[in-house]
Amino acid sequence: MTSIPEILETMAYGPAPESTAAAREWLARGPFGLFIGGSFTAPGALFDVRDPARDEVLAQVTQGSEGDVDAAVQAARTAQPAWEADPALRARILYALARQVQKGERLFAVLESLDNGKPIRETRDIDIPLVARHVYHHAGWATLLADEFPNARAHGVCGQIIPWNFPLLMLAWKVAPALAAGNTVVLKPAEDTPLTALLFAEICVEAGVPPGVVNIVTGDGATGAAIVAHKGVDKIAFTGSTEVGQIIRRATAGSGKPLTLELGGKSPFIVLGDADLDAAVEGVVDAVWFNQGEVCCAGTRILVAESVAATFRKRLISRMETLRVGDPLDKSTDIGAIVSPAQLARIRDLVAQGVAAGAVAYEGSAPEGCFCPPILLDQVSPANPCASEEIFGPVVTLQTFRSPPEAIELANATRYGLAASIWSENLTVAMDLAAQIKAGVVWINATNMFDATAPFGGMRASGFGREGAREGMGAYLRKDDAAKGAAPGTIDPLPATGTPDGLDRTHKLYIGGAQKRADGGASWSVLSGDTRLGHAPLGNRKDIRNAVEAAHKASGWTKMSGHQRAQVMYFLAETLDHHRDGLAAFVPMAEIDASIARTMYYAAWSDKLSGAVHNTQSAHVTLAMREAFGVMGVICPEEKPLLGALSLILPAIAMGNRVVVVPSQANPLAALELGPMLGASDVPGGVVNIVSGPVTELAKTLAAHDDVAAMACAQPAVAQMVEHESAGNLKPVWHAPEGQGRDWLEAMVQVKTIWVPYGA
Amino acid sequence: MDHPHNPATQLNTDAFHAINRPAAERRAASLVARRSIKGAHQAAWLLNAIACMDLTTLAGDDTEDRVRRLCAKARRPLADHIVAGLGLTEMPHTGAVCVYPTMVSAAVKALDSSGIPVASVATGFPAGLMPLDLRLAEIRYAVDQGASEIDIVITRAHVLGGNWSALYDEIAAMKDACGPAHLKAILATGDLVTLSNVHAASMVAMQAGADFIKTSTGKEGVNATLPVGLTMCRAIRDHGAATGNIVGFKPAGGMKTAKDALNWQILMREELGRDWLRPGLFRLGASSMLADIERQLEHHVTGRYAASHRHALA
Repeated sequence: MTSIPEILETMAYGPAPESTAAAREWLARGPFGLFIGGSFTAPGALFDVRDPARDEVLAQVTQGSEGDVDAAVQAARTAQPAWEADPALRARILYALARQVQKGERLFAVLESLDNGKPIRETRDIDIPLVARHVYHHAGWATLLADEFPNARAHGVCGQIIPWNFPLLMLAWKVAPALAAGNTVVLKPAEDTPLTALLFAEICVEAGVPPGVVNIVTGDGATGAAIVAHKGVDKIAFTGSTEVGQIIRRATAGSGKPLTLELGGKSPFIVLGDADLDAAVEGVVDAVWFNQGEVCCAGTRILVAESVAATFRKRLISRMETLRVGDPLDKSTDIGAIVSPAQLARIRDLVAQGVAAGAVAYEGSAPEGCFCPPILLDQVSPANPCASEEIFGPVVTLQTFRSPPEAIELANATRYGLAASIWSENLTVAMDLAAQIKAGVVWINATNMFDATAPFGGMRASGFGREGAREGMGAYLRKDDAAKGAAPGTIDPLPATGTPDGLDRTHKLYIGGAQKRADGGASWSVLSGDTRLGHAPLGNRKDIRNAVEAAHKASGWTKMSGHQRAQVMYFLAETLDHHRDGLAAFVPMAEIDASIARTMYYAAWSDKLSGAVHNTQSAHVTLAMREAFGVMGVICPEEKPLLGALSLILPAIAMGNRVVVVPSQANPLAALELGPMLGASDVPGGVVNIVSGPVTELAKTLAAHDDVAAMACAQPAVAQMVEHESAGNLKPVWHAPEGQGRDWLEAMVQVKTIWVPYGA
Repeated sequence: MDHPHNPATQLNTDAFHAINRPAAERRAASLVARRSIKGAHQAAWLLNAIACMDLTTLAGDDTEDRVRRLCAKARRPLADHIVAGLGLTEMPHTGAVCVYPTMVSAAVKALDSSGIPVASVATGFPAGLMPLDLRLAEIRYAVDQGASEIDIVITRAHVLGGNWSALYDEIAAMKDACGPAHLKAILATGDLVTLSNVHAASMVAMQAGADFIKTSTGKEGVNATLPVGLTMCRAIRDHGAATGNIVGFKPAGGMKTAKDALNWQILMREELGRDWLRPGLFRLGASSMLADIERQLEHHVTGRYAASHRHALA
């Protein structure tokens, strides 16, 4: 043992190990079965769960089979009605769970550190307190549900699949809102890190959770696939990789199961020239050297102003030297073990690729074993694979920029959109960046802040849906949003019979504010019984492509204020009213009147769907902004060709979106009539683009288009295909029913949470 | 103090920059939560805190006898059995004793041949609102009495009014008046309020030749806090990077526990490095902290929780 005089020479910290005695005692209860219907099954086919830091087996757990998943779903199904019927019980149970987590916090913290390799300081100070916070918050929602979400119903049985980076915290994020809303759950923890979920199952028993309300099925991807595929599961929530998210999107397409996906990221970390550079350096530590960088929202791309890049780089490299990498159970460890040797190999491989592509690597030090030092990759060009691939390790890249607009351009040059961190002492500039960066969460002069009442979730390929706060509760409540209606028929582009009604009227596509002939140079006869209403232009893929491009150019609409958009939409109502008689050739007068009323309705709304300021932490403003998606695809119903189209177009554009509209195939003419009226009402060109033609083909092109951010689809016949194709860029698909209201507006926006800590 | 003086450099307000308070508070909070010092290492760190302590009495009812008692504790901060139990071959002593100018003479006599320097506050401590010539005369008096370190207070109005050249000139004149004595500049950070002010005042004090920058008199509403300490440490690093000159740091006021002693040392170790854990570059301005450290060290030696009434009073 080192003597005190010797220590006085070095002033080393010395070891500060956390005891694992209680955790080892608990692990001795293994091998573990599955938690189904309120008790553990006998262990089945087993797999090893390893401690990555010590490379030893911690426990053996059961590989859940399809039959096990089925049993768990049945148990959840049986328990669900009584659970949903008693909100007071739900509040009491969730409160008890929150307390049980706090009472057993040390065991949870140690077990999580053993299983995942993350430092005990983080499980103790961050993970477990956030778990308790989340469960408390949702105990409150159980109490307030009837007041705050009147008439809302639970989905039923929720299938939940969570990752290995924050095992218990992700469990809490999934289970707490589901239970509060009256759902029962079947949850699969990650195969690398199932242990705290099993401990959680035990405290469910202690807290009096009724049998079947919470079911924990351990296993690998096959077990997860069985949950996703199970017909008895009413909703799927997944956190994990974008690749698996895409598989789940395709697998559930057309099933009617609502889906929330919280996926990967490559989040920018922007340091402006006037930032407090020391604060920003420490921000990098919290961004990417937190949890070994195994954080979906980690700020892994440093974008630093050229004017301060040299100083920032120097301070960052010197800060790397004081990070301590090693035993996760030592209380002075900053960076613990990587979750598995496979993950470490992946990190090392990507870093090697980055260096081969020209990056200059600065590495801190790390012990032998499943550890990775902090790594800074400097001089990373946008074309370097490390600039675009999610590494999921303690690796950060550094690029410079010349001006705030260039920072925004670089920040948004990614397929992801989960988070962003912005450092500046000038709030005017920082908010400008926050508004323009495509990310579900933006931290200003901070990073990796979480709270149960701050919505968390991504844009683009980072997924959709939000967790936390009112927004997160909404994802666990059923909405009657299943589109109903007829399927499109067939189109015959050859000359047809049918009597013309008066002088021939020409209908064209409406793209970029102008009437355009269809690219294919064809049209088809639109008949109403024996009467030919007219010829509709036969749009194709290229027309969709052109329409999407036109919609992108109309970005000024999104920047306009709600009041400015309201004026235009009121003007549109006026124009419609002026053309009632002309429209009457295509649709009944009652539908025209309803269309005018609906236009007035959404004109009224366009400056009224406000965001929220959430009550997170003291001395923080946490904004939940509602932002337009940008360019949306709109598939109109076959029925009510005018009102049906406007019912989707209007809420979309009221919220600032630009739309590419595929009108009713049976009668597209009324919608095509809208084109010139939009222009006459000062709707800027490109805001609404209308492409008639074969709905299935056009919808498929839109759904597969990587530069379309979201879809609203009112044609159930194409729903499965649209959902399947949407997996490419993970655009959310809303199945719009007939009607109007706040739900329609909320389907047209995504939440951006902006954290602004303050203090003089 | 064996460390060389910090030579004055030109006033340079370009060295100022804004400090983000929430970020500084987060870093200060996580910094001490990220490091845990246990067992023999904790004992060593507490001993180091004694070696870096300016054992202080600055009260209106100070008397020469009171000062002599304090000096005796500075010479023998720990009971003999604790010293033996820790495996030390000789009695440690504090870094200095800090008193009012009129008490310097008594302190110097009481510390004779101990090697413990006497620090004196001066310049109209604690508010500093006296004519400059009187403040400079007070420094010369204290040095003349035998003080080898002078803890001056700055004119807060110069910071609050942004009158940086006046602040620079005042401290430079004080440094001149110190002669061979080292100058510690008390910024009275509780009065400066913002961390940006703290950073700016730190930079000017160092540019004007302060050998140490010190947080507080102990008389402001808010004394030494870790976010303030963090800001001053980073200013010391910035000044060193810009000039190559090395400046010490002294938190003072409000620090009462052994845990405080560990936390402040963790801050130094993490932000400035090993050298700032030596008395030449780091002092803890404290009075009651020593008693708590002695209790913790006795616990380390005996395994029993200790009682202060069984230890010698300061």
